[in-house]
Amino acid sequence: MAHYDFNMPITEAQARALRVNDTVTLNGTLFGIRDATYIHMFDRGRRTRFDMNGHAVIHTAPNVKWVGETRATPCGYAPVCIGTTTSDRMERFTRQLMSEYGVRIVIGKGGLREGSLGAFRDLGGVYLAIVGGAAALETTWVEQIEDVDLDDLNPESLWKFRVKGFGPLLVSMDSHGGSLHTQVNQSARDRRAATLAALGVKI
Amino acid sequence: MKVDLKQVEEACKELYIRALKLLPPDIKQGFERLDRGETDATGKAVLGTMIRNIRVAEETNNLLCQDTGIPIYNVLIGAGVEIDGYQLKQAIARGCERATREHPLRSSVVHPVTRKNEHTSCGRAVPVINVDFAPDAGVLSIEMIPKGSGSENNSWLKMAVPADGIDAIKTFVVDCVLDAGGKTCPPTIVGVGVGGTADLCVHLSKVAATRPLGTHCDDPEGARLEAELSGAVNQLGVGPQGLGGDSTSFAVHVEMAATHITMNPVAVNMQCHSARRARATFTTQGVTYGF
Repeated sequence: MAHYDFNMPITEAQARALRVNDTVTLNGTLFGIRDATYIHMFDRGRRTRFDMNGHAVIHTAPNVKWVGETRATPCGYAPVCIGTTTSDRMERFTRQLMSEYGVRIVIGKGGLREGSLGAFRDLGGVYLAIVGGAAALETTWVEQIEDVDLDDLNPESLWKFRVKGFGPLLVSMDSHGGSLHTQVNQSARDRRAATLAALGVKI
Repeated sequence: MKVDLKQVEEACKELYIRALKLLPPDIKQGFERLDRGETDATGKAVLGTMIRNIRVAEETNNLLCQDTGIPIYNVLIGAGVEIDGYQLKQAIARGCERATREHPLRSSVVHPVTRKNEHTSCGRAVPVINVDFAPDAGVLSIEMIPKGSGSENNSWLKMAVPADGIDAIKTFVVDCVLDAGGKTCPPTIVGVGVGGTADLCVHLSKVAATRPLGTHCDDPEGARLEAELSGAVNQLGVGPQGLGGDSTSFAVHVEMAATHITMNPVAVNMQCHSARRARATFTTQGVTYGF
C-alpha cells in the first residue's frame, strides 16, 4: 500500500504502477464530467476543445456562482460546492473516454463495473474512490475553475478545475484486474444466506 | 392562527439552504455511534472523512454535499390554522426557487424527457409537497428534505403475496441493501414501507428513510422488524461507501399501513449518510427553525 503524489497529467507507466489499496493525491488539472456531458460527447458526437490526454476526470456537477471573468475566475465561475456523484450510471462510457481522449484516471464514488475494469487493463488506467457526500471538504481542495466547455449543459458542463492536495484518494480499481468493489460485493453476497438464516427466513 | 404567506416563502427559502448545510443532531450522534463500533480500517477512515466533512461544512458555511437533491416540503397543518392551500403551495415553490437563485444552488431538477434544466430547482410537480394534518392547535410545521439522487436511485417496490409472508419482506430488504452496495452512499438509513397500496407503500418507505434516528415504528410488529433488520444488514460487510466494514446502515426504519387481503407489498427507499432535513415551525409567536 503505497502513496503517490501526482502532478497531472501522468503517463501510462504511472497509471499501471498503481495497485488496489494504494492512495493518490492529485495536483494541477482535474476535469469534471457527468451524465449529460458523456451523453453529448459519445452518443451525440460532440467534441471538446480540452486536451485530456493523461489526465483525470471526476464524476461531478458542481454548485458554482457566476461572478464574471476576473483573474481569480478566468471563465467567470467561482466554485461554491464541488462534490462527487455515483459512477455506476456512467459505466458504459469509460472505454471511449480513455481510447478517444487518453484519460488515465476516473474518480468517483461507488465504483465501476467489469467493462471499465477491462478498459483499465487494456488501456492503462485506474479508478480512485473518493468519499461521496464529503463535498464541503472536497471543495477546499479546489483552487479555481480554470475553464469550462460544453457549458450549455450547465451544471453538467465539462469543467476544468485546478486542484491542490486533492486527496488522499483510494485506488479501488487498477489495471491488473483488481477491484475492491467486486471484492466487497462478492463477500457481502457470500454472507446473504447466513444473514437470512439469522432472521429466521426459510429458504 | 392566520399564516403569513410571505413568511412561508422566506422560510421555505431558508429551509432549503439550512437543510443543505446543517446535519441534524441525531445523524451526527449516529456517526459517533458507528465510528465507535467500526472495526475495518478502510471503513474507519471513510467515516472519519465524513465526520470531518460535517465540521468543514459548518466552519466554511458550505453545503455538506453537492447534490442539492429533489426538494421535498412536508407540510403539517395543526388545528385552527387558517391558510389558503393553493397559495401555500405557490409560496413554497417561490421560496425554493429563490434559494436556488439567490444562494446560488445547483438546480438538480430537469424535464424528464427533454432533460432541460430551468435552474430553479422547480418543475412540473416539483418541489414535491406533501400535506397532512395534526391535532396541535395553532401550529403549522414545514419540513424540508433535499433528497439526493445517489440514494433515491436505489428505490424498489415488490408486490409480494400473502403466501410469501414476512420472509418476503426480510429477504427483499437484505437483497436491496446488497444491490445498492456502495452506489447509495452508505452508511444509509434503509426506509421500508410495508402494506398499503403500491403508491402508499413507496411513500411510507420514504417517510421511514427520512425519519430521525432513534425514533421507532409505532406499530409493535414494525418496531420488531426494525430491530431485527437493523442488526442483520450490518452483518453483510458492505460498509461505508461500499468499501467494506461494519457500518452499512445507521438503522432500518419501517412504516406500515393496512393492506388488502390479497396483498403483501414491501418498498425500500434509501437515505444516504448526508441525511439532511430542516424544519420551520410557525405559531402566533413567529417562526422558529430546527430539525
